[in-house]
Amino acid sequence: MSHITSLLMSLAWRNLWRNKRRTLVILFAIVLGVWAMIFTAAFMRGMSSQILSDTINNLTGHIQIHSKQYLDDPVIDHRFSLIDDQLFESLNNVLIKQTSSRVRVPAVIVSERESTGLVMVGINPDNENGMSFLQSSIVEGRYLKDENDSGIIIGRKLAERLETRLGKRVVIMSQDKDNKIVDRGFRIVGIFDTQMEALETGYIFMGLQTSEDLLNIKNEVSEVSILLHDMNQLDELVADLQQQNPHLDVQGWAQLEPMSRVIIELYDSFHLVWHLIVFLAMGFGIVNTLLMSVFERTREFGLFQSLGLKPGFIMGQVWVESTLLLMLGLFLGNIIAWWSVLATGEGIDVSAFAQGMEMANLSNIIPFVIITKDLVLANSVVIILGMLTSIYPAWRASRLVPADAITRV
Amino acid sequence: MKTVVSCKHLNKIYRQGQIEVKALTDINLDVIAGDFICLSGPSGSGKSTLLNMIGGLDSPTSGEIIVDGQHVDKMSKSELAELRLHKIGFVFQAYNLIPVLTAKENVEMVMQMQGDSKQYRNEHSLAILKEVGLEGLENRKPAELSGGQQQRVAVARAIVDKPCLVLADEPTANLDSKNADNLLQMMREMGEQHQMTFIVSTHDPMVMERARRLIKLHDGKIIENNKQH
Repeated sequence: MSHITSLLMSLAWRNLWRNKRRTLVILFAIVLGVWAMIFTAAFMRGMSSQILSDTINNLTGHIQIHSKQYLDDPVIDHRFSLIDDQLFESLNNVLIKQTSSRVRVPAVIVSERESTGLVMVGINPDNENGMSFLQSSIVEGRYLKDENDSGIIIGRKLAERLETRLGKRVVIMSQDKDNKIVDRGFRIVGIFDTQMEALETGYIFMGLQTSEDLLNIKNEVSEVSILLHDMNQLDELVADLQQQNPHLDVQGWAQLEPMSRVIIELYDSFHLVWHLIVFLAMGFGIVNTLLMSVFERTREFGLFQSLGLKPGFIMGQVWVESTLLLMLGLFLGNIIAWWSVLATGEGIDVSAFAQGMEMANLSNIIPFVIITKDLVLANSVVIILGMLTSIYPAWRASRLVPADAITRV
Repeated sequence: MKTVVSCKHLNKIYRQGQIEVKALTDINLDVIAGDFICLSGPSGSGKSTLLNMIGGLDSPTSGEIIVDGQHVDKMSKSELAELRLHKIGFVFQAYNLIPVLTAKENVEMVMQMQGDSKQYRNEHSLAILKEVGLEGLENRKPAELSGGQQQRVAVARAIVDKPCLVLADEPTANLDSKNADNLLQMMREMGEQHQMTFIVSTHDPMVMERARRLIKLHDGKIIENNKQH
């Protein structure tokens, strides 16, 4: 360290603690600001990661393949064959972790007392495992044994609405491949419970083969859902799959669930805005404190100049002082923010606002997630803007006329 | 003998709105090396202004100031800072020590800015503090020293690196007569011992008595310029 840097650091550090109360007040403001930035970022990041995770788990996956018309009109007519060499070869890709083929068509469920329209989903229970919420959400009864299982799984809310329960029989009606109404009685073998009412009331699950039998189709499905090892390779794989299967429609989760994508993007862009708002309040405090400190030490700065210290040194001293203050505030703010996030454990329970949260595609527990990018952003905003903010007081100090400054009371 | 300070036709006019105040009018002055000069005169006579001009703390409206062969009136801020750092020491009426530094650190600061080694700084600061009678008080902060002791630290800081010129603006104004007498005695001895030139502004007759040369100012003009002893 050069002799000037060493002198600057020593003077700046000691001057910082000259007026302890003032320094502690502004330090508290910086720590609070940094904490607010990181903690809120962690909350918003938790919400967006929860939205993403829920979106992917709620039957969407990372990528889905459908027939060209299915997304506009999701009916039995818009199915595609799984006996397709090109498709089989495409899905045998190292980037793909897991796939699940589903029959997914509109249907009507009728109980002894009520009936309602919903989506009937035929799945291979083994392939579905780990891809969607279903198995982990079973709260009564059992999961499907295999794709020929004769039972069905329905949501808890749907069971309440239909005034039925586990073990009861219900009738499922739909249209087969020839557009004839088909129906069959099924026993409810499992009840699932998610934190999203729309899922519980809108879907029933049965074995893939069972659904094909009901709809008079064979080796044909409505969709293939794909899970990747690394989501960063999604765009690349979507493009490859689409190129290899031009007769099918290949889309990523962001296209399939545009609402979720928009909310996540909104949260992402709000980070910087929020950081700037917090800094704005904090910045005024920093400038005010430094200006006060400069005005109080006008005579001292005059003395520095008369001793032969250049204006740059004086500017440097005020600047180093504010930088030290910012660094200290950042250090403490980061530690407290980390501690606060750890203290929240798995997240906060927002079930009191369940309906509103569901509209935003959110479940009832919001986890706090700290990622490096958010930490870097919050810290950069404070240190860069803080240092820029302190240029003015530092410049004021360096522009003093020594003859005036030295006699200032 | 070498001329350390030379002022030629020096004028300083302060403008306050529409009003012009002549602080110095046609000052001509030569100061030779090793001299101990006293600038006296009533308040507002221009003593401090003249010291500030010579030290490059303020700029003249017209005229020339040459310090140790360098034209102060033509120097940039940075050059003036270099001149003050290496060739001029200042002692002020209100001590003006850095409150967060100890007596030793206050003295060392100038040497540190000049790039002197830590060992050199340590040895010289301790030696000069001993010379000004502050042995044992090196690690005290200004607030823990008396007025007289603080002014001694200020003198030690001004002369530690043996500048060719020391400018003292009413250094005894805040001291009692005993402390003032001791300080003046010390400044004269230091000046003689280290071949430094002192220009001291004062109202104090005791300071005037001790000066080798007395320059009286009135309304910004030199009205008397006498060699004493």
